[in-house]
Amino acid sequence: MIEQSNKPVSLRPTVAASLHRRTGIHDRRKITISLLLTSLLILTGYTLTTLAPAHFRWGAAVASFVDNVRVMMISPSLGNDTWSQLMAAMGETVGLAILTTLIGAGGGFVMALLSADNLAPKAVASVVKAILAWIRAVPTILWVLIYSVSLGLGPNAAVIGISFHSVAYLGKVYANSLEAIPAASIEALKASGAGLFPILCQAVLPVAAARLLSWTFIRFEINFADAVVVGAAAGAGGIGYQLFTASNFYFDFHEVGLLIYLILGFAIIAELVAVKLRAKFMD
Amino acid sequence: MDQQTTKQWAFFRRKHTRLFLVLLSALMLYMGTASLMNFQTRSLLGIGSGFAWMATNFVPNQASLSLLPAILYQLWRTFLIGISAATCAGVVAFLLALMGARNIGCRVTLVRVVIRGFASVLRNVPIVAWAMILLFSFKQNDLTGFLALFVMNLGFLIRAFIETIEDFDGDKVLALKATGATYGQIVVQAVLPEVSVPIVEWLLYMIENNIRDATLVGLLTGTGIGFLFDLYYKGLQYGAAGLVVLVIAILVIGIELSASKIGRVIA
Repeated sequence: MIEQSNKPVSLRPTVAASLHRRTGIHDRRKITISLLLTSLLILTGYTLTTLAPAHFRWGAAVASFVDNVRVMMISPSLGNDTWSQLMAAMGETVGLAILTTLIGAGGGFVMALLSADNLAPKAVASVVKAILAWIRAVPTILWVLIYSVSLGLGPNAAVIGISFHSVAYLGKVYANSLEAIPAASIEALKASGAGLFPILCQAVLPVAAARLLSWTFIRFEINFADAVVVGAAAGAGGIGYQLFTASNFYFDFHEVGLLIYLILGFAIIAELVAVKLRAKFMD
Repeated sequence: MDQQTTKQWAFFRRKHTRLFLVLLSALMLYMGTASLMNFQTRSLLGIGSGFAWMATNFVPNQASLSLLPAILYQLWRTFLIGISAATCAGVVAFLLALMGARNIGCRVTLVRVVIRGFASVLRNVPIVAWAMILLFSFKQNDLTGFLALFVMNLGFLIRAFIETIEDFDGDKVLALKATGATYGQIVVQAVLPEVSVPIVEWLLYMIENNIRDATLVGLLTGTGIGFLFDLYYKGLQYGAAGLVVLVIAILVIGIELSASKIGRVIA
């Protein structure tokens, strides 16, 4: 009652109209979500019935899976390798992750400057965005395989393959972070005659730094996982290759268990460090 | 006045020094890891040669076009497996997230810690390891690929859903409880409508990601579109391999575009 008397009377029809419009949007949202979920459930139901081959022995498969997991978790062991071999392999994988994240961050920042709507010319921005979308659409492992033919097997192909995806991914998320800076403040600096570098150092970086940094850490975690994968699937060495040989050639689940513990341990440490660093840079 | 200028200079100098130090340490880290990995920086110039190689070798020819039906069939299977893995993981993850969320979840702290820890382990065990272990027990078929994606998605979605549910205002739950609403009523009438939009967005993101990961899982387990790429690529049938890359890219971009369209409608 009190609230109503405070509001100008003329506003009330507008409020009613906007309420009405909002329910319209609400309905459309509800219908879209339920349509989407229903179709996902139907497709899933269909897929689940066609997934397992005929006469699949569920009991045996599940039992052997549980057994293997138990072996891995309870009795990890070195197997055919030595600690120094495994540590060197781990170092290689971590090195690959760091290197590709650095290249990704540098390249991604340049791409972001070229594709952020508030910094780059419209034509350039849309072309760069389209190219980045295409690079992202091709899985990392395919880039590595493609480059291992054109550059020859070895670290170069792995580094460039993973970096490619990092540049495209960070280019997109950095651009999103930069676009959060109001165009007006950049326009004002431009109008006062500031060049590109002062604008970057004084206006863009201070505002966006924390977000750029936290995306970089997320990408480092992805790159670590990718570095493991590339070692296994493209034979690029590192802990992934050890994992691949231990499980596919030696069928040594004790060693697979140890390798998984190593990888888990590193991933958890990396997450803790990232949280600490992010907290430090945020203020 | 003079003092203020000095202060300003000191401020800017400190800022520039910090930027310079960050860049310098990044550069040193780069040099260190590059020499550790035996990576030659000049091979970055080879990026162009890779594109040139793709442009000349990956062009689908007459022979590879005849393989298109087989490729499209595997793409369709990959699409289905990607969707069903994300959907099944979404259902399970939602139930676990309801229990694991701090505001409306289980009141026993241990249960919540176990759920979070479980998700963290599922997420951080590399997909390579999941694929290998599952391959060993479930053999070479679509089921193995589905399970590998399901496990990864479950780990990821539990965390995402817990964070989404925890954004839900705890006071609202309290208010509803005061009116005598049951747990089921609170979840269905209050929590679900509010979290449905972010949950759908996470699901769509997961599906898009699954198509890319399915390629990798297929490479490792010898199934689906990833296996097809491996087969053509190692058999030097580059035209057909290029066709596989092309259809994957088109599917991923298609999903990305429709996801952002759906996101705009429901936002």
